Amino acid sequence: MIEVRDLHKSFGQLKVLKGINCHIKPKEVVCVIGPSGSGKSTFLRCINQLEQVDSGQIFIDGQELTNPQTDINKIRQQLGMVFQLFNLFPHRTTLQNITMAPVRIKGMNKKTAEDLGMELLRKVGLVEKAAVFPAQLSGGQKQRVAIARALAMQPKAMLFDEPTSSLDPEMVGEVLAVMKELALEGMTMVVVTHEMGFAREVADRVLFMDEGLIIEEGLPSQIFDNPQNARTQSFLSKVL
Amino acid sequence: MFVTAINIITGFSIYEYLTGIRGYVILTSHLGYLLKGALLTLKITALSVAFGMILGLFFGLFKMSGSRLMRFFAAIYIDFFRGTPLFVQILLMYFGVLPLIMDKPAPFQAAVITCSLNSGAYIAEIVRAGIQAVDKGQMEAARSLGMTHVQAMWMVILPQAYKIVIPPLINEFIMLLKDTSLVSTIAAEELTHRGRLVYSTYYEAVWIWGGVAMIYLVMTKVLSVLGDFAERRLATE
Repeated sequence: MIEVRDLHKSFGQLKVLKGINCHIKPKEVVCVIGPSGSGKSTFLRCINQLEQVDSGQIFIDGQELTNPQTDINKIRQQLGMVFQLFNLFPHRTTLQNITMAPVRIKGMNKKTAEDLGMELLRKVGLVEKAAVFPAQLSGGQKQRVAIARALAMQPKAMLFDEPTSSLDPEMVGEVLAVMKELALEGMTMVVVTHEMGFAREVADRVLFMDEGLIIEEGLPSQIFDNPQNARTQSFLSKVL
Repeated sequence: MFVTAINIITGFSIYEYLTGIRGYVILTSHLGYLLKGALLTLKITALSVAFGMILGLFFGLFKMSGSRLMRFFAAIYIDFFRGTPLFVQILLMYFGVLPLIMDKPAPFQAAVITCSLNSGAYIAEIVRAGIQAVDKGQMEAARSLGMTHVQAMWMVILPQAYKIVIPPLINEFIMLLKDTSLVSTIAAEELTHRGRLVYSTYYEAVWIWGGVAMIYLVMTKVLSVLGDFAERRLATE
C-alpha cells in the first residue's frame, strides 16, 4: 500500500531523515514513536509530499509519488492527513469544512456531500455541531472534525501527525476512540504519536525512530515489553 | 474712495469683508460647483481603488510566486510606484507616457491610470502581508486534501486574508482619496482643482480652502466609517 525506499531529507545542514525503508500493508495500523527531533513527523509529511524529499522513493499502490510526472494532487486525495494543530478552516462551518474538498475537488454533488458530511459527523459524534464555526469547538471536537474532513475524501489511508499532542488531557480519549474505531473498520493508518497506550492497544506494528532512522520495529508487545535496542529501551524507560 | 471702489467692483461692502460674510456667501454659492469636483474625486478614487485592488492582488501573488521571473517583475513594479512621488508619476504619465500611445489623453484617464498603478503597488504589499499572516497550516491542510496551490489560495487562504487586510486597505483608500488632489496639476477638474479656480477668482483663502478641506474630511470619514462597519460585520462571523 505505502512503500518507502531509502528516504533522505535535510533542512539546510540538518539531516532529518537518513535512509528510511518501510512497507505499510493494506489495513495495517502502524504507530511511529520516538523522541522529539527524531524525524517522525517529517517522515509522515514526506509520505504525502508536504515535505519534498531529497532522495529516495515513495510508492502509493505502486504509483511513485516521488516521480515528478505523478500528479501529486490526485495522490493526496487518497491520503487523509490529520494535523497536530487541527488546521480546520476557520471561515467555514464544521459541515462546510467537511464538504468543501469533495464538492470543489471531486465535483461531488452538494447534497450528496452534505449527506456524507452528516454521516461522518455522526461517526465522530458531532452531528449537533454541523452549523457551528470551528472557533466554538473544543480542541477534541476540532480534531474529530478534522478526522471527518479527511475521511470525506474517502482516502485509502490516513496519516496522523501527533493528533492528540496539543489537546487537554481530558480530550485525548475522545479522539483516540474515533481513531480506534477507524482502525477496527480496517482503515490503513500511520500514526505518529506519544500515546503509548494507544500504540500498544491498536497498532499492528510499532516503529521506533531516532536520529532519522527506524531503529527498531515489531509488534507492540515486542517493542514495549521486550525492546532489543538500547536506545529503544532508554526511550521507553523514560515515557512508560 | 478706495472702499467705494472695492464696493463697486465686487459688490461687497467693507463690512462684509471684515466679518467674513463675503467669504461665506462665496463658499455657499460655489458649493455645488465644488461638490461636482468632489464627485469627480470620488470617481477617480473608486475606479483607482477597483483597478488597484486587481493589480494589487495579482502583483501581491506574483511577489510570492515560485517563479523568479514573476517575483522580479512584481518587485520592479512595486519599487517604482512606491519609490517615486505620485506627483511625478502623474506628470510622467500625462505628459510623457500616454501621448506616446494615444492621441490627446484626457486628464481623467491619466489620473485614473496613474492612481490605479500607484495604489496597486501599495495594495500588492498589503495583500502579501495578509496572505502571509494566514497560518501556514491552512495551506498544508488544503493541499493535504488534494487541492492545487491555486485552489487552496482561492478557497482557503484568500477568504481568510481579506479580513486581515481590511484595516490597511481602508487606510490605503483614504490616502488615495486625498492624493487624488495631486491630479489637479494636470487640470482634471476634481475638488482641489475647482477649489483653486474659485480661490483665484475671489481670494478668500480661509473660506475656500477651509471648505475644500471639510469636503475631503467628510469623504474620508465616510470611508473610515464604512471600513469599521465592514470589519465589525466580518468579526462576528
